Amino acid sequence: MKTNSIERKYVVPGDVVIEGDHNPIANVIKEGNKIISTKIGMAEIAYNGVKVIPLNGTYIPRTDDVVIGKVVEMNGFAWEVDINSWFFGILTGSSVFGRGFSSSKDSMQSQFKKGDCLVAKILSFDRTRDPLMSVSGPGLGKIKEGEITYITSSKIPRVIGKKGAMIKLIEEHTNCHMTIGQNGAILLKGTDDGRLKAKSAIELIGNNAHLSDLNDRVISLISK
Amino acid sequence: MSENNIERISGRAPDELRNVSIKAGVIKNADGSALIEFGKNKIIAAVFGPKEVHPKHMMVSNRAIIKCRYHMMPFSTDTRKRPNLSRREIEISKVIREAVQPAILMENYPRTAIEIYVEILQSDGGSRCAAINAVSTALADAGINMRDLIAACAAGKANGQVVLDVDDQEDKTGEADMPIAMLPNMDLITLFQLDGNLSKEEFDKALELAKIGCNKLYNLQKDALSEKYFNENNKKEDEE
Repeated sequence: MKTNSIERKYVVPGDVVIEGDHNPIANVIKEGNKIISTKIGMAEIAYNGVKVIPLNGTYIPRTDDVVIGKVVEMNGFAWEVDINSWFFGILTGSSVFGRGFSSSKDSMQSQFKKGDCLVAKILSFDRTRDPLMSVSGPGLGKIKEGEITYITSSKIPRVIGKKGAMIKLIEEHTNCHMTIGQNGAILLKGTDDGRLKAKSAIELIGNNAHLSDLNDRVISLISK
Repeated sequence: MSENNIERISGRAPDELRNVSIKAGVIKNADGSALIEFGKNKIIAAVFGPKEVHPKHMMVSNRAIIKCRYHMMPFSTDTRKRPNLSRREIEISKVIREAVQPAILMENYPRTAIEIYVEILQSDGGSRCAAINAVSTALADAGINMRDLIAACAAGKANGQVVLDVDDQEDKTGEADMPIAMLPNMDLITLFQLDGNLSKEEFDKALELAKIGCNKLYNLQKDALSEKYFNENNKKEDEE
């Protein structure tokens, strides 16, 4: 529990989170005087508004999210990347090769092939177009080694923890390097043993994301 | 409900539901699923999506579309049922779709499709109502934004008496069957059908009964979802 000013409770769709004049932030709707949850999750009532942290659901891309995906389709101009959402991410040739990109001169195959996994950033997504991605930036690009494990995307904040506390904890105890995709994919780099440990820790978070003593549970699991 | 109670065929009280149990998340491959046992009905609902629309021309640019299929297994009835979708099944598919549609915040998912599959494993009377309850639980399990859960229940008239939750025998021998679906928190009715004849008084009474039944089913759905998502030591915080 963060501070005393935040009140939490478990809700299902249709539950009245609170009555009165509050600001709806996420996964809630305002019906007259009532704030109603639209998802299964944990309702948080804070001074600036009411939101529900969902316990399930598909990933919705947002600008500037780092995601991990797999190339499923390519044509002369762009790659289509499965990012665990309802639309494929689009990675255009010009964003990889630069301004002077020409589909006749540059070989798309030389960069990414079908089946390649990559870390990318969502450049723009406005619900009328498929999410546009980019691989230029530190830590982005093709994945050459490591293992990808999946978790429900709504639980990613718990994997990260407060200011990255949970990542730090898992990385220190397992000697693994973790890259977290907001779409629920996590890239693990490290020894076989460390990866296995990290994976079981992530699985534990996935199953118990709604509990408050998550930190202690993870510590007791990975320090065994 | 004690004036002139006539014994029902099943031995239930006029305002008594059949035994209902709901379980959320029974199918791993679906995004959301639920199994409901409603008397002798056994129904599985699975929800996929939101996902890309196929065929593409059905896509709507500012909201999601909902596809629904209600299907009875060949072994679900006394005599083998031919496995293709019959006229009745197509109609019920449409009825279920239209019953759940008002609850879903479709504007949140533009250019997508939400697919609902309902399989009747074993059928008894009132399978459309049971199916709607299962679909509602499955939709919530899939994490789709909803205004409310959808609860459905039938009322009717059998043996000259207004009764709740009409079963197969009462449906065949009785005078009227009135399935309704509603969003209990908002008090909105999303499905309303009436087969047979009811007087004004009987109708009012039946509607009242059906609403009570819906509220019971709403609570059962809530329990099923809490069971899956908030079990263990969190129950105590959630009890209102």
